[in-house]
Amino acid sequence: MAQLPIELILVRQLASGLAVPIFVVDAIGDLLYVNEAAEGLLGLRFDELGDVSFAEWTTAFAPRTPDGLGAGPGDLPLVVAIRERRPVHGPLEIVGRDGVARSIEVTAIPLVGTRGQLLGGLAMFWEEPR
Amino acid sequence: MIVRLWGTRGSLASSGPDTLAYGGNTASVEVRAADGTILALDAGTGIRRFGTTIDPLVERVDVLLTHLHMDHIQGLGFFAPFFRTSGQVHLWGPSSPTLDLRGRLARYLSPPLFPVRLRDLDARVVLHDAPDRPTMIGGFEVVAQQIIHPGPTVGYRITGDGASLAYLPDHEPALGAGRFPDEPRWTSGFDLASDVDLLIHDGQYTDIERAGRVGWGHSSVSEAVAFGELTRARRLVLFHHDPSHTDAVLDGMAAGADADARGIDVVAGREGDAYDLGSPDRTVA
Repeated sequence: MAQLPIELILVRQLASGLAVPIFVVDAIGDLLYVNEAAEGLLGLRFDELGDVSFAEWTTAFAPRTPDGLGAGPGDLPLVVAIRERRPVHGPLEIVGRDGVARSIEVTAIPLVGTRGQLLGGLAMFWEEPR
Repeated sequence: MIVRLWGTRGSLASSGPDTLAYGGNTASVEVRAADGTILALDAGTGIRRFGTTIDPLVERVDVLLTHLHMDHIQGLGFFAPFFRTSGQVHLWGPSSPTLDLRGRLARYLSPPLFPVRLRDLDARVVLHDAPDRPTMIGGFEVVAQQIIHPGPTVGYRITGDGASLAYLPDHEPALGAGRFPDEPRWTSGFDLASDVDLLIHDGQYTDIERAGRVGWGHSSVSEAVAFGELTRARRLVLFHHDPSHTDAVLDGMAAGADADARGIDVVAGREGDAYDLGSPDRTVA
């Protein structure tokens, strides 16, 4: 498996040292990294995951809008951020792998390299008090 | 491919009686192809003496900069080929998101830091972004990738004459990898250095020194060895010696590293050492 771009390696380094839950995907949307804080929020252990494709993670947490409508992959802030190369912020209802329903706020940004190439994206989560 | 070390010191030139064996000049490495192509890797203070050995009839020299910290560019203004009206010097290096290579270099090559401007040099100077895709420079294929070190910094992989060299003089691969050295995919510089005949790599610190300098962009000798083993390099030259390390200290660090290494030869780079990567046994020329 080829080495990842240095910018993504450094993003993981940063995320691994933060208490803010962070989720990182590559340019085609496949999952690259979930930090420890996000593990708790999503009810999973990153080290126990194998490869997780775009199709898998975009449906794995049963995302819904706050008014209860199902959120398709194209509606998720991280997907919009990558597709449109802009920051996106919004609320979501999810069900973690541990079966716990949570209300979260998501801020997603595209990761663009110094030469303008799209490398992936990251999402930061905030859990709303229930 | 002939590789010759003209400066192996990091951070600050450090001449004196206790650095005579390994030398005190900062980063400069000469790479020559059988067809006469000449590459200068970095332009630390060692490049001054290197420049005096280049035949004035040579029409083109390519200088490949890894980054623009002072110990890697301080010799630029003293490189003889710049002052030959008949020649070309091609400068390759990393740009930043907001400033191109010319603009970044001009911060040093202009008053008050230096009396001569880049545009005032005698040779024809051509600037290029470090090539992020394999690019032919004379008889060599060269590719650069960003690596972990503060500010825009690249390492180079150079292939030619049936041999390969990776040059990562300032590099902290342990910083990004979660479980260094067990995750090639998450290890900075892995693709550049995979299976090379010669790896020139940062080995500035002892393990004790490194513990207090995480994030400074450099490696301990043991990390350099681990990186060399991970990438399956055949020989590792420890480089970017700390200015405070005397010859005796470096002798001890190199001996310990070579004893601990598995499947890779390890030496500490000395000014004047040369490697003929085209020879069957890859011995020192």
